Parts: sequence; C-alpha cells; structure tokens
Amino acid sequence: MSNYEATGVLTLEDLKDRLPPKERLEKGPVAIIECIQKIPCNPCAHVCRFGAIKKPSLVEPPEVDYDKCTGCGECVAVCPGLAIFVVNLKYREEEALVTIPYELLPIPEKGEIFEALDREGKPVGKARVVSVRRMKDKTTVVTIAVKKDLAMVVRNIGRKIE
Amino acid sequence: MDLRIWEHPILEFKRDKQVHIYLEDKKIDAYEGETIAAALYASGIKIYSKSVKYHRPRGFFCGIGKCSSCLMRVNGIPHVRTCVTLVKDGMRIEYEKGRGDPPITTEIEVEEEKLDTDLVVVGGGPAGLSAAIAAANLGVDVYLVDENPRAGGQLIKQTHKFFGSKDNYAGVRGVEIAKILLRELKKSSVKWVLNASVIGYYENKRPVLAIAQENRKLIEVTTRNVIVATGAQENMLPFPNNDLPGVYGAGGVQTLMNVYGVKPGNDALIVGAGNVGLIVGYQLVQAGVNVKMVVEAMPKIGGYLVHASKLRRLGVPILTRHTISAAKGKDYVEGAVIVELDENWQPVEGTEQEIDVDLICLAVGLTPSSELLFQAGCEKAYIPELGGPVAIHNEDLETTIDGMYLAGDVSGIEEASTAMMEGRIAGANVAIEFGKERSRAEKLREESFEHLNALRKSPFSERVLKGKERVWKMWRELK
Repeated sequence: MSNYEATGVLTLEDLKDRLPPKERLEKGPVAIIECIQKIPCNPCAHVCRFGAIKKPSLVEPPEVDYDKCTGCGECVAVCPGLAIFVVNLKYREEEALVTIPYELLPIPEKGEIFEALDREGKPVGKARVVSVRRMKDKTTVVTIAVKKDLAMVVRNIGRKIE
Repeated sequence: MDLRIWEHPILEFKRDKQVHIYLEDKKIDAYEGETIAAALYASGIKIYSKSVKYHRPRGFFCGIGKCSSCLMRVNGIPHVRTCVTLVKDGMRIEYEKGRGDPPITTEIEVEEEKLDTDLVVVGGGPAGLSAAIAAANLGVDVYLVDENPRAGGQLIKQTHKFFGSKDNYAGVRGVEIAKILLRELKKSSVKWVLNASVIGYYENKRPVLAIAQENRKLIEVTTRNVIVATGAQENMLPFPNNDLPGVYGAGGVQTLMNVYGVKPGNDALIVGAGNVGLIVGYQLVQAGVNVKMVVEAMPKIGGYLVHASKLRRLGVPILTRHTISAAKGKDYVEGAVIVELDENWQPVEGTEQEIDVDLICLAVGLTPSSELLFQAGCEKAYIPELGGPVAIHNEDLETTIDGMYLAGDVSGIEEASTAMMEGRIAGANVAIEFGKERSRAEKLREESFEHLNALRKSPFSERVLKGKERVWKMWRELK
C-alpha cells in the first residue's frame, strides 16, 4: 500500500515519473497532472487543443507530452477530479504562478491576498491573485503568484488576508 | 431561524412562492417545491417523530422515502413520509402519538385509474431514466414511476463533475446530467408519474403493478415488461445513540443541502472514506459547513485519490483505521467519540477522542432496494460484493422472471455512469424482445456494453465485477 492511499495526499516522490523535466518547467507555463490512479475518465485528453494529453485507454492515467503543452490551462477547468494545475516558473525572478481550480465562495478577485495552502491544506505562505477565469460550468480557474520555491507545494488558497 | 442556503458556488435554489404550513399550532415559513421535512428542518426543527416504545427522538435519516424516520400526520393522514411529500399552503402537520391514529377518512378522496403499457420502469434515477428513454426511442410504450417529487434520483444532488467518457457525460456535473436526461425524457414518448410508489406486483395473465400516488390515487398498470431501477438505501452503523437526529445518511445530507438548499448542520463528522463520503465531505464545505474530519475503518481510503486530495487540500483530515464509537447528545447530536482501530478491527484503548459536532454523516455503503423484485418472486442471492441482497440476473440484466429486468444500484452497488449504461442495456433488450426497431436496439445494446466494459476496467471495479460474475453464473445455473 502506498502512503497516499492512507493519507489522500500525493508527495513529489509519488509524482516524480510524471512531472515535467526541470528544463521544461523553467521554460514557462506547463500542466501538472496529479492523477495517478486507474480511473475511467478522459475529459482532459478531449479538451487539449495541442494533443499534449493522451489517455492510453479510458482508465490509464493521462500522459503529457510536455513539448506540446503550452500551459494554456483548459484542462484545469475540465478535470472532474480537480487534479490539474499549471505552474509557470518564468513569471518573475522571485515569484512563480500556480493555476488552480476553485469551487467555493466567495470567488477570489484579482489583487486579493490569500493564505497559500499545500496539499494538506496547511498554510505555507501568501498567494496573490493574478487572474480569475469564471467558466460557464461554474468552476473558477484562479492563477496565484507565490514565492518561487512554493510552486510545487501550493495547491489551494485558504483564508483571505487582504 | 432560517437554515436555508442563499448563496452556493454551484447551485441555485429556486424559491419563488412562499407558503405557510403548521406544525401543531406553530406557523412555519416554507417555499413551494420544498418537502415538509426540508421546510421543517430549515426552520430548525430536527425531531419528526418519537420511537413507539422508548420515545426516543427520530429525525431525518435517508431523505429519499426509504427509512420511515420522518413519518408524521399530515392533514389527518397518518404515517406520511415527510421527506418526499411537498408542502402545500395551509398544510397541518402533527406529531404522531404512539403508533398513530387512523386517518380521518372524510378528508381523503381516492381516485382509481387503469392503464395498459408495454413497459413499466420503476425508479427515475440515472438507470431508470436511461432505460425509459432508450426503450421509448426504440418504439416501446413506457410508463415510468418514481416515488420522489422530482425525477433524477441521486443525480439531482451531485455538484461534482462526473468521471467516465466524454461521449457519455464525463466532465458534466451530476445536476446537469439530470437536466439533460429530463430534457430527453420530455422529448420522448415516455409517460411518467411522480410522488408514486409501486405497492405490489401481481399477475393476471400479464404482470400488473399497483401504484399509489400521494395517498390519493390508485393506479393499476398492466404491462408486458418491467425494469426495476429502484436504487439503493443507506447502510446503518451500530454505535450508541446512532438513532439521534443529527446522524444522517450521506444521501439524506445531500438531499437536504443540495436539492432543498438547507444547511444540515454547522460542524460535521463523516464516517466512511469511499467515494460517497469524500464527495459529500466536499459538498458540505461548498455549503458552508465546517467538516471536522473523515474517519475510515479500513487501513486505506476506499474512494478515488483525487476526491480525497480535494478534501485534504481544504484542510480536512482523513483518519484511516478510525471509526465512530458513540454519538453524544440528548435530543440531537451534540458530539461524537471517535476511536482508533487495531489490525483486528478492535478499538485501541486510550485513543478515544470526543469531537464537537452537530452532524454525523454516515457513508458506510448501500444496500440494493430489492423489495419489489423479491415480492414479485425473483430468485435472490446475498452477494456482499454487490451490497447484499440482489435479484439473480444475467449480463443482459434479466431476472429469473421472464420479461422482468433490473438496472443500476439495485443490481449491485456501483455508480451513476455504469447505472446509465445498464439502464440503456435493459431498455434496448426490451425493445429487442418486442421486435420493434430491432437493429437499432441491437446497436444501442452493443455500444452500451462496450462502454460499460470500458468503465469497469478500473481496479476500483474489480470487486463489483467479481460479484456480478457470481450472480450471472447463478442465473445460468437456474435457467
């Protein structure tokens, strides 16, 4: 039994074979798909205009061709498991962008500062809302700026700070 | 007190017309379209009845007309299931005394109706709707019965986007899938009746179903085929005070908060980390409830990791090898005691923890609602992998009674996407039997099988598939 089966939390170790290589991460926005179990699902592969996401079968986890992925974030909005994020390490010298799906109220607004939460919902720093996309199906796609070293740690926002 | 949710990230609650009902002499605000139980709950009333012998308070439990916890006297009629009965202006609700008084007959006018059809579909959830629509579109006369005030089954309370294949609603929220199916139903030739329960199956050369609608109308339908898609009911868990109002099934909680927009509590404990427990936990957070934790007796989380991760990112702990050992409170839940379990499922001494919650949500599995199939005389078996007592059936969803089919959770607990495929297969099979649009029916049957098999290739389906194979084998041996 893997530890995540008891905790519900993936570690970077669990994800290591699936993440984009370091060089690709440094080039700019790219999808991070945190979906490793065999479950019947395929909207991510359908929505990708660049053919970057492949599902070998309905139940195999998605595979990403990181050379084709542009980090557009369409997959973030459609993933039923809310398991896809976009990370952009090229944003600024000190900051990276993380794009997350969000389905709670109130809907964040550009410029607001929230607690940045990790995969366990623990506050690990601050997140500044950089952009908000409200989809027709009521999912909100929020892009936040966090300290660069938190780009692979932060996966949610919590309390509003200002 | 108004526990109604007025703002929700996903759902909109239509509350057009305010009406008033009376509980004993107390005037209570309600909205058209609400059930009696939901309206009472919204005004802070959590006790619906008292147990006959020990007078223990009884509250809402299942919310879908299956558990009898919410029976009250309504306009002089005893034992009304308030969770599936809609409010009407001026309605008089009373607590039952003891076993309840007989009805005041002068207030009840009973109508009768006789019908003849090709196929009766019992249950309007994902399986039943899919079966009815498929059969009707293949030239079968279909009559659909559902005991709830709204069709759609459990789909109408699912705020999450469905997994599955993009060709079959994946990425669409359950509530939206319900709307799509209901639009298809309206476009089709299916005739349907809501607020109506099948009260018996009998035969008079052909199968006959007796249906009671809102305690006022008796409908007798003579038919050729029946597809039973009655779904399932929530399992109970034994622990002290498990009968207190505030201990609810996951489906009941979903009904209250996502169909009627009523906040079921402030602080919640969820028991069970299968997909249902994880999903309802996330939905509770969306409804503004503080979910304190999820406890799971198994050493690992049973549901999909992505559902668990969603909840963990919100800061909700999931404690495996933990269970509830007692509920606390006098008239309703005021707390819960949880305890760690050892490798032999025994409580570890000294690990009891009391937590302040007013809502305990049980998501500890479901049992197929097989009553009608058994009353009709279908051969049955107890298959733990399928959730317990099921009617023996084959891959085509045919029971041991000729012309009687089943589909969805009643054929074994699975989920809505597989239920929809089973419904289509059963519906197509009835159309094939009739010989109408035979080639189209065969094509639909084949496509649905293909899709169902693709869905079941996940390791999460291994157990249910094992149960299915056992039951199919039993059918072959009997036939």
